[in-house]
Amino acid sequence: MAAQSERVQTQSPEPAKSVVAPAGTPTDPGAERTSKRGGRPADGPGLAVRLAPYLLLLPAVAATLVLLLWPLVETVVVSLQNLGKRQFIQHLTEWNGFSNYTDQLGDSEFWSITLRTVIFTAVNVVLIMVFGTLIGLLLNRLGKGVRLLLSVGLLLAWAMPVVAATTVYTWLFDQNFGVVNWFLDKLGWHSMAHFNWTSGEYSTFFVIILLIVWQSVPFVAFNMYAGLTTIPKELYEAARVDGAGSVKIWTSVIFPIMKPFLLATTFLEVIWVFKAFTQVYLINKGGPDGLTRTLPVHAFLEGIGAQRFGVGSAIAVLTILMLGGLMAYYFRIILKQEDEL
Amino acid sequence: MRRSLIGRTWPNLIAVVLFVFFIFPVYWMFATSFKQNKDIVSRDPVFLPLNGTFEHFDRAVHVPHFWTYVTNSLIVTVGAVLGSLVIATLAAFAIARMRFRGRKSFVLVVMAAQMAPWEVMIISAYLIVRDNDMLNSLVPLTAFYLMMVLPFTIWTLRGFIAAVPKELEESAMVDGCTRTQAFVKVIFPLLAPGLMSTSLFGFITAWNEFPLVNMLNKKETAQTLPVWLSSFQTAFGTDWGATMAASTLFALPILILFIFLQRKAVGGLTDGAVKG
Repeated sequence: MAAQSERVQTQSPEPAKSVVAPAGTPTDPGAERTSKRGGRPADGPGLAVRLAPYLLLLPAVAATLVLLLWPLVETVVVSLQNLGKRQFIQHLTEWNGFSNYTDQLGDSEFWSITLRTVIFTAVNVVLIMVFGTLIGLLLNRLGKGVRLLLSVGLLLAWAMPVVAATTVYTWLFDQNFGVVNWFLDKLGWHSMAHFNWTSGEYSTFFVIILLIVWQSVPFVAFNMYAGLTTIPKELYEAARVDGAGSVKIWTSVIFPIMKPFLLATTFLEVIWVFKAFTQVYLINKGGPDGLTRTLPVHAFLEGIGAQRFGVGSAIAVLTILMLGGLMAYYFRIILKQEDEL
Repeated sequence: MRRSLIGRTWPNLIAVVLFVFFIFPVYWMFATSFKQNKDIVSRDPVFLPLNGTFEHFDRAVHVPHFWTYVTNSLIVTVGAVLGSLVIATLAAFAIARMRFRGRKSFVLVVMAAQMAPWEVMIISAYLIVRDNDMLNSLVPLTAFYLMMVLPFTIWTLRGFIAAVPKELEESAMVDGCTRTQAFVKVIFPLLAPGLMSTSLFGFITAWNEFPLVNMLNKKETAQTLPVWLSSFQTAFGTDWGATMAASTLFALPILILFIFLQRKAVGGLTDGAVKG
């Protein structure tokens, strides 16, 4: 999808123009106008045409201001307060400056949780993108029947509500009656017969990562496949006639076309995994001993679990800032490609 | 190009293995929910519950307020998805088809809004809703869900609209359509698969959401199905039969919806609707 739209847009006859006019109407005199910066042009299109895009954006902007910016500002405001159980019940406002922040930044637990969250995100996203892409390529290669079969499997994994999926994984990895332990035991790994998956940091993360990758791969695979079907067959044939193998076809035909899609999807997956909460929290509540706490879980457990709303909000703000930092690189690419936005 | 027998077989083999990997947890949920208790806690798992039972479902549905949860979930989900589709279609059309000052900033805001970590904004959302005396109401919940799915909806629809060749729109306008008419008559029908597949994500997000409704609506009459599902887990402890039955009932509408809509969405894509 993304690949397609990027291609369509780069074909725009006048991509660099920032004139206020429907871009696809060369017959319209407004679109031919050359003056584009510094004040409003004298013979431009009517007021209605110039206002149209802003009117179209108005509902989205209003919703964002009220429903997103307000809670965001409130988070920052609360993070500068000492808001515990007492202050919460009595509606007290006790400002304490930046001490919630300095407490966190001086806390080694906060930094180890941050590092853990970054590694956790990287492992998940790499697995999701590699397997998603490979399965997308596989779907493109399969016969109709087997493709339908695999699609059904992918679709059901994708569609599973997160709360339900997490519950099912808890049951699959249950210590005494879980089917996974039974299977590993049957395979000859007898020490796993009554293994408690939530007893260790890495085994807990194994379950969480398997769950997240299992649910996220179908989205990448389906979109990859949908994108591949839009590549004309002639391109493959031409490449094969030129003697290109599978690797060469990937690097010279598929990858260049799918690159915007892959970039955008990686970006989305980083966001989704970094702020993943339900799976991490419900599998083991951040345990054992807080060793599987990621930043969002940490903010929740400190803010709501321990009823220290100010502290939780400070962690929330730091999390948001980190996400912003992670995304800065991507935004820079986007800004460079402004014509393709 | 002719491939060897092995070359033709291995993709199918891998596909079947992957199929089992992806479908097994879903199958296991269904299977467990129909099993008798003695088969659930047996030493060797029963893979086909031939002597099945409906007792787990019976218990799951006969908790107090079950139908209130169902109704609330539907109201909140449908409201959020329809609202975000309307708002997003307008915005997506503007950023896909029009050039104007502030467009780039808006796109960046949409992308930033997409990474809003709602899970850590629950504290402030709770404080805001409490201060406005709107706890235990479906209105703020629907509004927040709408906002959760809005950025992705705008972003995806932008792609779908941009993928419709401009020439189609232009020729409609040459034939005497206004820009609005061209959108309604030309782009909108081609957009149907996009609207559908985009709404899938909205449904999933709103249907799934648990932390926010759990914080905002403590009253049972204002709660939704995810709360029902989680209340089961505590009520039944490690009674996996009832938990899986509840999970099955909770997941089923989404699974059916997905199968139904996905075929249309992907079909629409591959039928050349967007190839021009």
